[in-house]
Amino acid sequence: MVQLLYFAWVREMIGTDSETIALPAEATTVAALLDWLAARSPGHAAALADRSRIRVAVDQNFATLATQLAAPREIAIFPPVTGG
Amino acid sequence: MTLSAFGARLQVEPFDAAAEQAALLAGRTDLGAAVCFTGLVRADDGLAALTLEHYPAMTLAQMQAIADKAAARWPGVIGTVIHRHGRLLPGAPIVLVTTAAPHRADAFAAAQYLMDWLKTHAPFWKREEWADGTSKWVDAKASDNDAAAQWQATPAP
Repeated sequence: MVQLLYFAWVREMIGTDSETIALPAEATTVAALLDWLAARSPGHAAALADRSRIRVAVDQNFATLATQLAAPREIAIFPPVTGG
Repeated sequence: MTLSAFGARLQVEPFDAAAEQAALLAGRTDLGAAVCFTGLVRADDGLAALTLEHYPAMTLAQMQAIADKAAARWPGVIGTVIHRHGRLLPGAPIVLVTTAAPHRADAFAAAQYLMDWLKTHAPFWKREEWADGTSKWVDAKASDNDAAAQWQATPAP
């Protein structure tokens, strides 16, 4: 099982801060996971509509759309960061 | 105490910039330059408050990783980075970067580097709140990404 975490407006649009899923077989990369997630609900689809505004961390390391998913435990999905 | 020459902390409460700088410099007589930068909540257009959300499991580790990069890039430079989270009012301090080095160029450069990287590589998100009750998430700035990218294009001294 994989813990998905959502932050900022991604969290608000999806409507929850986390969910636990069984990683689908087709989700071999971050991009494929986002495609699969976007089909889960209208909220997921809206939050993930513009992939250029989505950032991802896999097991607490920044990832890209091309990052391969090899038995991840935690995947966080969020907007570009705005701290500092 | 951290093993790195640069320490990182994450907290809700305010920090005392002068006390942090004094702690950094305590007992040292080999330093000729100390830089202290504080980022503040700026009340643009009637902003009432700023709330900083972050990724608890990742934030501090990422801040320390950024601090360690600065330590590796500028041997001999020391520093402290403190970032607050939670709801902050206009004028409140958000982030502290204090550095010290034998000479000023390295102290300034390391402080600038730390801020550029915190802006673009630490998992914080700012939400602006207005007096009329509306609020909105702050968009990332292309200029911040350009500033951080500049360091990657520049070889370490």
